[in-house]
Amino acid sequence: MSNKESTGRTLFVALAVSLVASVFVAGSAVALKPVQIENRLLDKQRSILAIAGLGGEGLSSREVKELFNRRIKARVVDLSTGEYNDSLDPVTFDPLKAAKDPKQSEALPPGQDIALIKRRERYTTVYMLEQEGRLEALILPIRGYGLWSTLHGFLAIKPDLNTVVGLGFYQHAETPGLGGEVDNPKWKGMWPGKTLFDASGKPVIKIVKGGVDPASPDAAHQVDALAGATLTSNGVDRLLQFWLGEQGFGPYLAKLRQQGA
Amino acid sequence: MSKHTAKEVLLNPIFANNPIGLQILGICSALAVTSNLNTALVMSVALTLVTGFSNLFIAMIRTQIPASIRMIVQMVIIASLVIVVDQILKAYAFSLAKQLSVFVGLIITNCIVMGRAEAFAMQNPPWISFLDGIGNGLGYSAMLITLGVVRELFGAGKLFGVEILSLVKDGGWYVPNGLLLLPPSAFFLIGLIIWGLRTWRTEQKEPAPFRLAPQVSDKEGC
Repeated sequence: MSNKESTGRTLFVALAVSLVASVFVAGSAVALKPVQIENRLLDKQRSILAIAGLGGEGLSSREVKELFNRRIKARVVDLSTGEYNDSLDPVTFDPLKAAKDPKQSEALPPGQDIALIKRRERYTTVYMLEQEGRLEALILPIRGYGLWSTLHGFLAIKPDLNTVVGLGFYQHAETPGLGGEVDNPKWKGMWPGKTLFDASGKPVIKIVKGGVDPASPDAAHQVDALAGATLTSNGVDRLLQFWLGEQGFGPYLAKLRQQGA
Repeated sequence: MSKHTAKEVLLNPIFANNPIGLQILGICSALAVTSNLNTALVMSVALTLVTGFSNLFIAMIRTQIPASIRMIVQMVIIASLVIVVDQILKAYAFSLAKQLSVFVGLIITNCIVMGRAEAFAMQNPPWISFLDGIGNGLGYSAMLITLGVVRELFGAGKLFGVEILSLVKDGGWYVPNGLLLLPPSAFFLIGLIIWGLRTWRTEQKEPAPFRLAPQVSDKEGC
């Protein structure tokens, strides 16, 4: 038994255990990956449906798939010109991957990177809720840094390109109970009906502390901040400013407005 | 060495030697995941499986583990099992995995798992160690499920998300107690349960750490 404590034996046991454990962990990760990717996609689609006001939470995965394919159309947009780019397939194109690829994205200068995302992809995927060929809601992907993590979500707006239909985040790692309350249905319920832009087309939506005064002329542009989560609230505020501004969907929305007029 | 019977190691941890109630281990996750019964149940199953299998594997190689690195070896085994459980949850129960967020990963640091590995599996053969792990997992589960039932039923009027008590805001009669949905309420509940448990089974009472001495007045004037 004295042998058991020798250096060589210790090293051998450490190596053997690590080897077996790593094979075990890697094996399970690889084997389960396809199911997990499927789940993540489904979660995103469910979130898009929920934000567009089609339910989503209570739907089974089959219903989500069916509803998404029937009602939602996806298209790839060139963010700098605001034109559609139909040579990219929205099903396989991954904007988040593109944002990491120097060939498909641009580094943001520090002054303009208010959402703290570092790089912005050239193309991104937008989703349209349509009813008999008519646009009912436009769903834009948004993301930005909160307190601990990048919040990934969607903003759905009405065809007037100004009124909010819904806002929600499908992925983040903010503090549960504080910043994590961005998922709270009550808070998300304050967004629909708010308007994003002023008469000159400047994004003026704002998250304010201490409650929104309904008598104020700006009440339509204001949402109450999350209690105890100043930095997450600021993060959401800035990421909206960013994605609605010139660096984000500004050119695209301007183009749509022109076409609508 | 005293003999452990299978029944004893499996059932003792539920009331007689509850890991949360008597040993006061694993409190952190008991606060975090019990605001509804769904997450409490998934967490219970996950922890029970991890404790059982980590005990099994550690007991299988217990005679080979050098004392100098035994903690690290236990950690490696526990961590691997937790990652596998997390991967399985992400694959087959995605929305639950999202709600449990960091807490599945934190099973690694749950004192119950490590405690059983060090206190039991290092000294006992695999099968009985496995049962001991499952037993302690059940003890943890019993506590979590009790908390989950109380918190979800009286905090939200539901069980497993199905309405049991009709809420005032939907035209019913029950005014939910919002405090129960917040983590601190689990502290109060665990405290009450421990009180009840120790009143029922007085052998669980701890001796007072010190006695107050009677006050003595100064003998000399000052």
